[in-house]
Amino acid sequence: MTYIPNILFAIALVIGIGYFAKNIKKLIRNIKLGHDVDASDNKSQRWKNVINIALGQSKMVRRPISGILHVVVYIGFIIINIEVLEIIIDGLFGTHRIGLEVLPVSVYGFLIGTFEVLACLVLVTVIIFWIRRNVIKLARFMKSEMKGWPKTDGNLILYFEVVLMTLFLVMNATDTQFQVLNSGNIVSQYIASWFSGMSEGTLHLVERSAWWIHILGILVFLNYLYFSKHLHILLAFPNVFYGSVKPKGEFNNLEAVTNEVKMMMDPDADPFAAPAEGAEDEVPAKFGASDVLDLNRVQLLNAYTCTECGRCTSACPANLTGKKLSPRKIMMDTRDRLEEVGKNIDANNGAFKDDGKQLLGDYITHEELWACTTCNACVEECPVSINPLSIILDMRRYLVMEQSAAPTELNNMMSNIENNGAPWPYNQMDRLNWKDE
Amino acid sequence: MSNTLKVKTMAEFMAEGKQPEILFWVGSAGSYDDRAKKITKAFVKILNAANVDFAVLGQEESSTGDVAKRAGNEFLFQMQAVMNIELLNGYEIKKIVTCDPHSYNCIKNEYPSLGGVYEVCHHTQYINQLIDAGRLKVSGEAYKGKRITFHDPCYLGRANSEYNAPRTVLQNTKASLVEMKRHKSTALCCGAGGAQMFKEPEKGDKDINVLRTEDALETNPNIIATGCPYCNTMMTDGIKAKEKEAKIEVLDVAELIANSLNL
Repeated sequence: MTYIPNILFAIALVIGIGYFAKNIKKLIRNIKLGHDVDASDNKSQRWKNVINIALGQSKMVRRPISGILHVVVYIGFIIINIEVLEIIIDGLFGTHRIGLEVLPVSVYGFLIGTFEVLACLVLVTVIIFWIRRNVIKLARFMKSEMKGWPKTDGNLILYFEVVLMTLFLVMNATDTQFQVLNSGNIVSQYIASWFSGMSEGTLHLVERSAWWIHILGILVFLNYLYFSKHLHILLAFPNVFYGSVKPKGEFNNLEAVTNEVKMMMDPDADPFAAPAEGAEDEVPAKFGASDVLDLNRVQLLNAYTCTECGRCTSACPANLTGKKLSPRKIMMDTRDRLEEVGKNIDANNGAFKDDGKQLLGDYITHEELWACTTCNACVEECPVSINPLSIILDMRRYLVMEQSAAPTELNNMMSNIENNGAPWPYNQMDRLNWKDE
Repeated sequence: MSNTLKVKTMAEFMAEGKQPEILFWVGSAGSYDDRAKKITKAFVKILNAANVDFAVLGQEESSTGDVAKRAGNEFLFQMQAVMNIELLNGYEIKKIVTCDPHSYNCIKNEYPSLGGVYEVCHHTQYINQLIDAGRLKVSGEAYKGKRITFHDPCYLGRANSEYNAPRTVLQNTKASLVEMKRHKSTALCCGAGGAQMFKEPEKGDKDINVLRTEDALETNPNIIATGCPYCNTMMTDGIKAKEKEAKIEVLDVAELIANSLNL
């Protein structure tokens, strides 16, 4: 009988971690639907980025208010999670505060005291975050793509954190053995007084309930991640690692195009020559991207990493002047379509069955794509190295090279370049006329 | 000072069996656009004043393909790039300077993997090099006491992290430099990039160049300095839209330096 809580705990842990692992496997499967990307270059710069941008939050604090508030929650989250280790050991082995058995009371008190202070700070910060979203209504949280689930999702995450932090403090406050030590109960001693009228039995019941709901809440939250924008707490790190280490202005040169251009420019090339064996496999299905399967793995990882903070959109010149383009929406659409494709694959025994939909048109409109100035403001803003511009460019490539669907003025500009080597209809022979004017 | 510009083509250098110090990549805007041609000429005057042995490609120059690439036409871009690279490599060009940040970015970053590897400078970087080497002395006081605000071109700033070169050059004019709220890495685009220069904007509630002009007007400037022919057009239009053209000039960094030198 005495082992029942231990067994229940182990079962909860296995289910919680197991289901999470299953979803993470699915997430990795979905990301791998994209084209492979070689990220073996610039290893040291990539690790530096992980340390500065992801771990060090260097880009977060460029906006000091939200940045510093975020750092509080981030540090709180990481450090308070050390406590989860103790909870798991206690839960599995039926011990109570195993930390006290292995650490001197003063050290243990210092640790728990730190957690309590951080929990308090996180509580305050999360409330400020909620006010920013729901009372102050900051513009970037009010854009059209933030209606419905994205708004609910943002608030749910905050509620989760309020509940988890409160439970942690209550659990400490109602733990009479811990309170008696009077070490580390910096915050919980004040909360303890709220429960002072209760009998020892009731107190114990409250403490046990808080302990259980706290750890179960953490497991639920862990599994909530996959269904939420909150995945960034895990994916920010690989995403920053795989982020571009090139100058932002450098757009990739499509290799498939290079091969064709070389053929066209080669005077010895035989246009009627039969393709070399196996060459057909190398010819890509299409140029550019019309659906998520045409994107690369980094772009798909970007989509899952986006936490919809909207810094990109709030810096986008097109969005600032009332155009439909929102870089955040590009990322959200890509993620939503990828999820849809993933579910399609699950429902069809591992093979994608054409559903008559695609990212281009059904999610992202031509109007959004043509409004982009390629100014890189969104890329510069993203605190976790997401690149919405690369997706926009790949979709423009599809529109132009596969569908000849550029705006008329751009088609004119391009035929000018083809005909006379300038975007305007001027004679190439007049290029040096300025010298004598 | 004489008004004649000393400009030699690469073909002429070749015929003389000589190599120039640098190739000046004029770019399509700098060759054909009436406003941008003034920037081209101002830069040539600076090069002449510093006795730089430079060449242009003249009639052999063709679009870099940059704007086609950003519009999504990778074929056209690579066709242009391969043709230009063949020409540049044939002339054994080592160093290229251009007044257009789009050409700068494209040749510097996107030509190498297609076989075109050169040292590429934006003209503000090159003017700095000339000043540092003592080949150019900017001592004039034409702009003393004026307020100049510099608008960062996206393809020089964010795209290539060059924020200081144009500012360092401008300090030589003895004007006081005032920064817009959004500057350097947070600078707002003028609205011309990504092939927008060649099309009408999508439906919205404002034009981007007007918004950017409002940024500039907040600094109460006498002059808006640019480092890109397209930005120059957009900011000039913005100033006209705000009916400030009588009070505020939009000038390229090269023009400001040429004027300071009384060229």
